[in-house]
Amino acid sequence: MDEEEVSMEAAENSSKDVAPALIALHPLESCVAVAIGSERRLFDLQGKRSVSLSDNTGGSSHSDAIRAICFGANGRLFVSAGDDKLVKLWATDSWHCVRTICSEKRVSSVALSHDGQYVTFADKFGAVWIVDLDEDGNKDAMADKKAVPLLGHYCSIITSLEISPDGRFIASADRDFKIRITMFPRKPLKLANEIQSFCLGHTDFVSCLSFVCPPDYSEGFLLSGSGDATVRLWDYKSGCLLDTCEIGEKAGFVDYKEVEKEASPAVTNIHSFPDGSLVAVAIQSLNGVMLLKCESSTKTLSFLKTVYMEESFIPTSLSLSSSAKRLWVIMGASNLPSPGSSQLLTRVRVVSNLDQFLLDPHGCDPIILEDNDIPGGENLLTRLQGSLYASKEEATLAATASALKVAMHNLLIKKQYSEEKRELRKRSRNDRKQKQ
Amino acid sequence: MSNNSKNKKTNGQSTRLPRKRFYRARAHSNPLSDSHFPIPISPSDVDYSHHYPHFFPSEKCDHDNDNAPTPKIRFADIGCGFGGLLVSLSTIFPDTLMIGMELRDKVTEYVKERILALRASNPGQYENISVVRTNSMKYLPNYFGKAQLSKMFFLFPDPHFKEKNHRRRVISHQLLDEYAYALEIGGIIYTVTDVEELGDWMRSCLEDHPLFTAVPEDELEVDPVVKLLTSATEEGQKVARNGGQTFMAIFRRIAYRTDLLLLCNKPNPTTHSNAI
Repeated sequence: MDEEEVSMEAAENSSKDVAPALIALHPLESCVAVAIGSERRLFDLQGKRSVSLSDNTGGSSHSDAIRAICFGANGRLFVSAGDDKLVKLWATDSWHCVRTICSEKRVSSVALSHDGQYVTFADKFGAVWIVDLDEDGNKDAMADKKAVPLLGHYCSIITSLEISPDGRFIASADRDFKIRITMFPRKPLKLANEIQSFCLGHTDFVSCLSFVCPPDYSEGFLLSGSGDATVRLWDYKSGCLLDTCEIGEKAGFVDYKEVEKEASPAVTNIHSFPDGSLVAVAIQSLNGVMLLKCESSTKTLSFLKTVYMEESFIPTSLSLSSSAKRLWVIMGASNLPSPGSSQLLTRVRVVSNLDQFLLDPHGCDPIILEDNDIPGGENLLTRLQGSLYASKEEATLAATASALKVAMHNLLIKKQYSEEKRELRKRSRNDRKQKQ
Repeated sequence: MSNNSKNKKTNGQSTRLPRKRFYRARAHSNPLSDSHFPIPISPSDVDYSHHYPHFFPSEKCDHDNDNAPTPKIRFADIGCGFGGLLVSLSTIFPDTLMIGMELRDKVTEYVKERILALRASNPGQYENISVVRTNSMKYLPNYFGKAQLSKMFFLFPDPHFKEKNHRRRVISHQLLDEYAYALEIGGIIYTVTDVEELGDWMRSCLEDHPLFTAVPEDELEVDPVVKLLTSATEEGQKVARNGGQTFMAIFRRIAYRTDLLLLCNKPNPTTHSNAI
């Protein structure tokens, strides 16, 4: 191996563990959760106070980067999971840990069923597991309960997992361009054997999924974002591609296709109102959020607006509140190569006035709230950002965007070797060595 | 593109079959490793007119395809190796399109050349078989739509004895979901091996799967394909030469087995209509 290669691989290893900051909203916007590194930061918006999680079950707490957090649709449960192979479930009323599930591999994604009965999670090897949360009260039995396999993508990192609002299907997306729609098992805790469809059309890894159910189209759609700089709309029951939104062009990266392929801005996160009337999209290297709309009558996606924020603010995760018509956006990353401070910094922004904007897209603009106007005010920012003055730490924040880009690239893009390098590798192969 | 150049080459060499000694390849290939060959985005993205020029006349391609439905591949030989089974099946089912899928590129090259040579020496024959280089464990849905196939073959797959390598086996609970997706109801999956342990494994995977049921003995006896499983392939002939035993498991794709639901302690007949 030549030196260049060694140094390249070393660089890759050092940036491998950079994890984006995540944000999740309680469905009634009574609480905001942020995950950065192994930390979870929660703020109760109703009581206007910080929340600390307590764990009496004796299970260990997170010790490595959290990769997925979410609230259940009924708001009673909160899940966090990540690289330390733990899936932890919390009751949102008491903020006690109700269960810790050990995974064999690192967890890349979690989803709660809409009735709150099951939690499913995907591991790094492409297997999806399910745990029945039904038997409340019997704590001993719960602690012993193991996750059972549900389905699997053959050795491909699953990037996103979603259960359809009607609970009939589970959608899983992987880094091999694939979205698989599987019938949720009819018999609880049995393998999900029946594949409804594959949604194929993305030309790069699929990074995020979101179900929408417009009132006049009860069948529902699936939205997906991908490394190929598109958001696509699917009729997920047939696997039929309905519309493609080239967000790379819309965001003004007009010439990204002529530049190297690596430069194509990946969609990092999608979140939508349940009826599809608003879809918020976070894109790598876009300092802002793109807003789309799902038109159920024409089965198309239409571009509404790009909400630009300050230069250095590249969102890593976002969450929409359908009740308050607000959009919460976060930027931040853990394990930066050159951490600016000991505290893990994040930056939270809130976009408001979305209901007015939807009524009159040309007359009213979404408003980016000043720090003072954010619900929860200073207390919330101190809690979620790690510092009230996160906006002043520009250097740290600026480093996150590029570090995350590298991390995501290393994780999801297949390594490409030039012809010479491949020859070089072949030469050092063991079976060849013996012959020489 | 490359197909065309190959065509010319074999035409020049007329009808000589390729010789295996020039296509030496390693016996195994890791199905878990990242692939560096082109993968079609979706089944509609694959242009089969290169593979089956007889079934896709070029005039038709220029016009709308509305007048005649595009022929679809019905048989898939997963891990086709040197293509012995395809060649035998080709003459038994001359009107059925079939494809071999092989991960080792040199072996794929050999099968390609073999088919071209066979076509050249037997005009009008062997037009219904072809081969692609792909990792079918990862990319099967990129080649076949739902319920497209009527037969799938898994002949003498790698046994992967070590337990930690069991997930590399081509028949597994997870992958059977995808095979069930690609197979039509009534479609048949053929597996055979000379390794008893693997034979048991494949049979038990298929038995456990609610979308498959064993094909009864009397039907197997009249199925012309069954005899080919051991006699047509290079691997099968090798086993026969050495006097080895073979273990077959032949199962039919069925609709969801409702008898399993009845055994369930919480029957829930209201949910889920039959989606197939």
